[in-house]
Formats: sequence, C-alpha cells, structure tokens
Amino acid sequence: MIGNDRLAVRKTYKLYVNGAFPRSESGRTYEVTDSKGHFLANAARASRKDARDAVVAARGAFGKWSGMTAYNRGQVLYRVAEVMEGRHVQFCDEVAAGEGLSASRARAAVDAAIDRWVWYAGWTDKLAAVLGGANPVAGPYFDFSTPEPTGVVAVLAPQQSSLLGLVSVLAPVLATGNTAVVVTSKDRPLPAVTLAEVLATSDVPGGVANLLTGDAEELGTWLAEHADVDGIDLTGAPANRAMEFEREAAGTIKRVVRPPATEPDWTADPGLTRMTPFLETKTVWHPIGL
Amino acid sequence: MTHVLDPDALSDDARALSVPLPPYRDATRSDSAFRAFLHGLPGVDQVGAEARVAQLGTRSIKTTSKAWAIDTAISMVDLTTLEGADTPGKVRSLAAKARRPDPTDPTCPRVAAVCVYGDLAGVAREALGDSGVHVAAVATAFPSGRASRAVKLADVRDAVQNGADEIDMVIDRGAFLSGRYLDVYEEIVAVKEACARPDASPAHLKVILETGELVTLDNVRRASWIAMLAGGDFIKTSTGKMSPAATLPVGLVMLEAVRDFRAATGRQVGFKPAGGIRTTKDAVKHLVLINETVGPDWLDPDWFRFGASSLLNDLLLQRQKLRTGHYSGPDYVSVD
Amino acid sequence: MTTSSSPFEYAPAPESRSIVDIAPSYGLFIDGEFVDGTGDAFPSVNPATEEVLTEVSAASEADVDRAVRAARRAFEKTWGPMRAADRGKYLFRIARLLQERAREFAVLESLDNGKPIRESRDVDVPLAAAHFFYYAGWADKLDHVGLGTRPRALGVAGQVIPWNFPLLMLAWKVAPALAAGNTVVLKPAETTPLTALLFAEVCRQADLPAGVVNILTGAGDTGRALVEHDDVDKVAFTGSTEVGRSIARAVAGTSKKLTLELGGKAANIVFDDAPIDQAVEGIVQGIFFNQGHVCCAGSRLLVQESIHDEVVASLQRRIGTLRVGDPLDKNTDIGAINSADQLARIRELSDIGEAEGAQRWQPACELPDRGFWYPPTIFTDVSSAHRIARDEIFGPVLSVLTFRTPDEAVAKANNTTYGLSAGIWSEKGSRILKIANQLRAGVVWANTFNKFDPTSPFGGYKQSGYGREGGRHGLAAYLEGAEQ
Repeated sequence: MIGNDRLAVRKTYKLYVNGAFPRSESGRTYEVTDSKGHFLANAARASRKDARDAVVAARGAFGKWSGMTAYNRGQVLYRVAEVMEGRHVQFCDEVAAGEGLSASRARAAVDAAIDRWVWYAGWTDKLAAVLGGANPVAGPYFDFSTPEPTGVVAVLAPQQSSLLGLVSVLAPVLATGNTAVVVTSKDRPLPAVTLAEVLATSDVPGGVANLLTGDAEELGTWLAEHADVDGIDLTGAPANRAMEFEREAAGTIKRVVRPPATEPDWTADPGLTRMTPFLETKTVWHPIGL
Repeated sequence: MTHVLDPDALSDDARALSVPLPPYRDATRSDSAFRAFLHGLPGVDQVGAEARVAQLGTRSIKTTSKAWAIDTAISMVDLTTLEGADTPGKVRSLAAKARRPDPTDPTCPRVAAVCVYGDLAGVAREALGDSGVHVAAVATAFPSGRASRAVKLADVRDAVQNGADEIDMVIDRGAFLSGRYLDVYEEIVAVKEACARPDASPAHLKVILETGELVTLDNVRRASWIAMLAGGDFIKTSTGKMSPAATLPVGLVMLEAVRDFRAATGRQVGFKPAGGIRTTKDAVKHLVLINETVGPDWLDPDWFRFGASSLLNDLLLQRQKLRTGHYSGPDYVSVD
Repeated sequence: MTTSSSPFEYAPAPESRSIVDIAPSYGLFIDGEFVDGTGDAFPSVNPATEEVLTEVSAASEADVDRAVRAARRAFEKTWGPMRAADRGKYLFRIARLLQERAREFAVLESLDNGKPIRESRDVDVPLAAAHFFYYAGWADKLDHVGLGTRPRALGVAGQVIPWNFPLLMLAWKVAPALAAGNTVVLKPAETTPLTALLFAEVCRQADLPAGVVNILTGAGDTGRALVEHDDVDKVAFTGSTEVGRSIARAVAGTSKKLTLELGGKAANIVFDDAPIDQAVEGIVQGIFFNQGHVCCAGSRLLVQESIHDEVVASLQRRIGTLRVGDPLDKNTDIGAINSADQLARIRELSDIGEAEGAQRWQPACELPDRGFWYPPTIFTDVSSAHRIARDEIFGPVLSVLTFRTPDEAVAKANNTTYGLSAGIWSEKGSRILKIANQLRAGVVWANTFNKFDPTSPFGGYKQSGYGREGGRHGLAAYLEGAEQ
C-alpha cells in the first residue's frame, strides 16, 4: 500500500461474463476479508442465472476459440501471461492479503502462476503430436486420431490457492481449446477478478473464459446438472458436496475431474493430467485407392 | 477371302450419323459436352468396390445351385483361340469341342460361341454348321487397335463376310487416355455400321475396353458408357493379351454401368469378362456378381459370356465330380 | 426377400454345429476354475430358433465378492509382480488360441447372438484375436505410452459388456486391461454368455494364472454389484446410455476410474458428388450389418436433396438382394434380432415412426416362424424432430433425412445428444476433411463405414460416453496417470 495521505480509489470486483464485467443479476454481493478478517471488498455473489448466462457465453465463444489455429491460441495465451506480468504488483498484493502470505511467499506464488500460464500456452500446438497420430490399421485406409476440445467446461476453482491454483485449473481448459465457466474461490476471489481484467485486455475473445465470484457450493449443482456443459472440474467443491455434484454430472455423461484428496502442490509438474480429461479423441478413416 | 482398304469405307472425316438414345441425345453433340458428361458420372471408390466384391466372393454355392451354375457357365463360354500360330486344324478342333464339350457326357450343354481371329472365321463357321454355336471374331487390329480407321473397318467387314455372327472390337485406348472421347465413340459407331449384313441382322458388336490399360475404375465406368451410347451390344473387359484382365472389381463397375444404362434408356447391353478366368470358382463368382448386381435378366448367354480357354475344362471336371461323386482328372477332358 | 424369381437360387450352405460342444449348464469362472454360483440359474436362448442352448448362473453379490477377491489376490501375488514381457506372452498365447479355435468361437457366437456366421467368422473372431495380439505387444512397452516411466496398473477392473459383439467386446476390455497389468472380473451380457465361457476355457488352456481373468454371468443385478464393489479400481462399461448414467452415478465420490461406451445415432452424410454405388454399399453396411445392433450404426441417412430419389431407389434395389435367415447359413446377410425384448423395442419405435408421419418401406420378406426377426426397413420423409431421428432403435431401421448445403448437413448431423460416429461420402478431399473437422463424433468414416482395428481409437463425444478403446488411448485408460 502507498503510505501517504492520498485517498485511494477503491476497485470494485464484479463478474466477468462474455467479455464484460456485470454485477450479479441477483444484485447480491458478499464481504471479502483478508486473512485477518479485515474488510477488503464487496464481491459480486453470482447466482444460478449468472451461471446460466456464463454457459451461454461460453458456448457462443466455443466455435471461434476452438476454430482458431493452435498457434493463434498459443499466442493469445502467451499475451495473457505478458499482461499478468505487467500486473505483478497488484497480484502480489491481493494474494498476500487474501491468503495471509508474506511478501516473498506471495511473490513466489505469483511468479509460479505466471510461469504456469506460460507453460500451458506452449502446449496448444503440441497436443496433437503427443496425443494423436496415424494409426496403422490392417487395411488400405488412412486412419488418424486427433485430440479435440470437448466444449464448455465448468471449473470450481481451488478454495485456498487463489491465483496459482486458479491458473492451474483454468489454463489447461483454455489451452486445449475449451471455453470455461469458473466459480472462483469463495473467500479469496480477488486475484480471480484481476485475472479477469487481464483476460479482458489480452485478445482473449469474450465468452472464452467467464469468471464468477461466489459460492461453489451454491453454483456447483447448477453447473453439474446443466445439459450444455460438457465437463466439470470439481477441484474447489466442498468435500461434503463433491460426490453429489459428480452424481448430478452423471445425468448428462459429463467428463468429471474429481477433487483431490489433499491440497495439491500446485508447483509440481501437472503433465497432461488436467488437459486429457477435457479432450476428445476423434478418429478419421479414409480409403487409400485409385 | 479378305479385303483390304475397301474403297467404299467411310473416310475419317465423315461424322458418325448415329445418336444415343434419350436422355443422352445431346451428350455427344461436341467434345466438351461429352467430356462434361463423362466426367460427371459418379466416381468409383476402389477400396469400396473391392470390399463389395470380396464380400460377394464369400457366397457359398453348393449342391443344386452349384450344378446349375456350372451348366450355365458352360453355356456362356466363348471358347477362344487367338494365337499367331492358329491354323484351320486348330480351329476345327476347337469347334468340335465347342459343340460337344464333354466327350463322356452328351447331356453337357454346348458353349455359346467360338472366338477366333477374323481370317479364320470362315473355318469356324463351316465347322460349327447348324449346331447353334455362334462364331465370334476379333477385329479392329486386335489386340492393340493401333491402325488407321480404314484398316480397322476393313478388318471388321472381312470378318463379317467370312461368317462371323459377332464382332469383338477394341476401343482406341490412346484416344481415350488423351481425352479424345468423341473419337472413341465415333469409331465404335462406325464399326457397328460395318457389322451390317445384307441378308441378316447386323453382327453383334462386343466392345473391348482393355480395362488393364485404363487402370482406374473411374475410367472403366466412362469407357463403358461411351461403348453403350455408341450402340455396342456387349461391353467386354479385355483382350486377354495382358494382365490385369477381367478382375471382379472391374466386372462390378461394368455391370453397374449396364444396369444404370438400361434403367435410363430401356436398352439392355450384355457383359463379357475375358482373360484370367481359369477356374470354376472364378466363374461362379462372376455369376454371383451378376445375380446380385444386375439381377437374373443377365443370367443368360444372350447377355453374358465368359471369354476363356482353359476355363471350360475346369468346369467340365467340376461337372464330372458332381455327377460321379469323386474328383476327376485331366485325362477325362480333351485338349482343344 | 431375394431371388424368388431368379434361376440362381443359393442352396442352403449351413455351417456345421458339430464343432461346438455346449454343456447343459455352466457355473462361474472364478480363480481359474468353474465353480457353482450361489444365485439362480437362467437359460440362454438361440434367438433364431428360441431353442434353449444351456443354463448359466446369475452371479450373486457373494459370487461377485469372491471373484473380486480372487482378482485382487492375483493382482498382488501373481500378475502384478510378473515380468511385463511374460504378461505379454500370456496374451500372445490367448491370441493364438482364439485363432486356433476360431471356427468354434464363430459358430458359438452365431448360435448365441443370432448374427450371421459370415460376420462372426470374418469380422468378430478375427478382430478379437487381433486385439489380443495388439495389446500383447504393448505389455512390456508401458514406458512408452506417454505416462512416464513405469506407469502403474490400476488394480482390479470390473467390466460389463453388451450382447451385440460378445466376444469382440470381451477382447476390447480384457486385452488392454491385462496388458497394462490389471486383473479383471468381466460380466458378459445376460443373453450372450457362451463365448465368454468358452474364453474362460481358453484362459485355462493358456495356463493363465488363476484369478487374472474371472467371468461372472448374470444380468443387471450382477453388473450393479460388480460396479459398486468397493475393491474394484476401474470400471469399464459398454451398453446403453441409460445404464451408463447410473454407473457414473454409482462411482461418484469414489476413486474408481470409469470409461463408458454408450449409444449412438450416427449420421451417414451423402453428398451429390459421392461415389454413389459405394455410398449405397456403405449405407447398407452402416445400418444392416449386425442387424443394426451396433452403437455406431449409421442409423440416419443424411442425403443431399438433389440425389435423394436416386439414392433411395438404389438402396431399395440393393436391400432387395439381402438375405435374411438362418444365422448358420453361410449365405445369410441378416440374422436374428437378439431377443424378444429388443424385437419389441424395434417394432414399437417403427410404429412410432409411421405414426409421426414418416413413410415406411420394407422389402417383401419371408421370415421364419420361430425366433426373433425383423426385416430391413427404411423410413423416408423423416425430419429431425421425429423420434426415429433421435432415439436409438438398435435394429435394422434406417431413417432418411435430406439436406441442401454442407452447413445444413453438419448442423443436422450434430443435432443429437449422442456423438459416437458419423459417415461422409464425397469425392472431394477438402470437403471431407472440413466436414470431419466439424462433426462432433468420436469416429468419422469417410467413404467407408463400420471399420474397426485394434490400433484405431474408438469412443464417443457427448452422451455416447467418454474414454477410447483401441490404440494407445485404450491402454492408457488402465494405467495410473491418465485421467478417466
């Protein structure tokens, strides 16, 4: 914080849906405090209708986002990392305040988050090589398999790790060409909104990523049952609701990533494990002849 | 007796007078129209055609249906000799076999025709008498077809005059492969005219496409349509002088063509695979192909022929086995 | 329905039944031997004749538990610690035995399932053997799957398979599971247990260690008990979307990995520049192969409006040459419907089709009096709103819709909650690749249809399931480090 007498112009924290920053249609907000209980901000409390609108936006954006070349997508995601870098200080402040971290620990988390984003940006045009290929079928056919994004993915972001954890669940969804509806950490939503501002200023088309501040416990059901959501990451689901959400998701055969048993080490190499759940494999056959 | 360069032959400049049946009247009005028509025919997927043929090859033809198939196949054979070394003696020997294929069994059907070079057609005619076996002659500078129009037409007229009932002509593959489709068409029309007989209906014209040189199944379809539009009575796969000759995928495409042609114009054209059909199994596969592609209307010597030489003996051996219950041997059938 | 006016009638060409030796009853195959189950026995019937073939046991919860424990023991004591190359050798043995006993398996499959012997002989059994060969070769190469070095097996796999390709579905499940180092408990479908039971014999002939493969016959209850058993690490299911949903619900909140291969309503798209004769063949293969009992069947024909009449006429002509009849006759093209239940469902949906205004066409067809039979059927004038365009019928019934432009074809093709497969017929390469890109289907066949291979991943988008079988993907599903 700047130590002088100037009155700060406080930031407002709203939802990020379809490239814009609306308040919740319900008009609700809730108090966000720092780790010591001091007031930080009123965040919008997303409702099921906001979630519904976000899904519409994500579906609308899917065609264009998945239709971009992998190279373009990678460039867009890299630019997001550039803009994140530019907001380094703001992120550090928000992470430190929300998670109760020292300045140096907050900085390490922000550094890791930006690096993780860069790491995922580099994957966009390599997945096909690693996960796809020609299949040597026993007949005169050209047969190849390629990975494709599954569609709209709902993500219940980690409750504790408010930036690194958020990046770890959102970046893989976008890198694979999916579009996302994210319910942020309930108690630590501020870095997510700043990230939304980064997305909004980084050539990411509106609707590709939608960030809803609010309660995963409340919104999880609506997203798990939503027939136009193709996959759901339950990482941030409250432990006592995760199984129920998974059961609800089963009704539409959603691809589900279950919550981890313990808080993961978000700095560890995730490999492909957060990308493959939201990738379909398409196999194409064509005869080879005159 | 042969004639060379008949002075009454149409000159190369004279355009053919014949036009195809509706609805294809205007397909041959110009080179570009004909090209557009032929290139607009549906393509053939080679792998798909081969797969269909392979599946038909799994039909299991036993007992009564096998006996019927063998007898039918025998009655569809054009017993053939087309060698430089052919002599009247050879042709007479072949004709005798044609009339009575199985020396041990008079119930064996006779074949459909004897097929020889045009200059020996007279010998065949005499040897066959009134047996009902037809005389087919190859003509038009068989097998290459590389000679002037006048020479080719003279070749046809000679054969007809010598007594051929049927003419097996070859198309100009050079013209086809260089895209001169109308030339190919007009030559067939001219040959058909040359098949005229003063005191009988015209000799039957079989048009040999030489599918081995056409290579692709798309080309086979196009060449089939040229031959049918030009008035051919039969379309025939090959001269038997090169390999590949009568493969089943080629047969499939040509049968589809005759089927589609009849559906569109009402005119039925026959089909003759020739070359490479050596065993009863091969013959039965062809009959199955006909049965399930164009249907029973073509299961008749008037609409289907096998161009073959050694096939007949294998059919006879199989026939003998069905009759006697044991496997037969080469001493029980004649060399031609 | 065919050749009644042809002089070329094919005489009956029956494959002999004498090669199979069906016991009057069977127990359960647990821990390397056949044992009595504790549940009731139920019959397995030949759907072509309604003859009872044998009696099998409906495995109870206690039986399931016993099998899972046997599988767990085998995983921990024999199969898990075994050298990977040796696991591969066992799989090679099994593959060879399937080839050696191929005719026996084919006849048995046709008797139990109703499919023509030509299909079981030329497609089902060879592909099943090929799957075992393919995965046998992976067993000692797991380092190269892409999941790091020494990826670990999941443990005990509970596998439930359908009745449409009984032996082949068993191969698709068992081969990769074993190659990855897991042990299995497999439940064949209620109406088609016989080839799975013969497979158990093959496991014995191969000297496969006890408990590595366990076969439990039974119906829905047995399947449920297996899927819900606490000590099963991985569940693999192929069957209806409805049951798939309930299985996904059942494993929620557990750590069980799950793959599902469910229903479909595939669109076969024929453009005006298609190779028409091959397209007709592909359409026929697409919906009448295996009596239409295929999840990836091309049950919707989307034909470009300009060639609709020509294609339908060609289809009708081609269907006229199909032979419906005794599955053991080598010339039969279309066999029996698998069960009375399935036949009732097909009839019901067909009636709905007519009631909704579509035009039904069937060739004149003499069907046997006994057994479960349905003639090949085409519905024209079908629209996307009709139930016969949306519901999976799982029988030899084709719904024909039209389209005007490629965009419209794609929109209609994708307008379904299913997403298993699709077909494209066109001679234009760039269009094929473009349309293939746009179709939301896990398998796209272009200028061909219903082609399968152990190296080629198979599975669906959307409510046709998740996960892929075949190829590297099929193997990864049974290893730690992959997801789902």
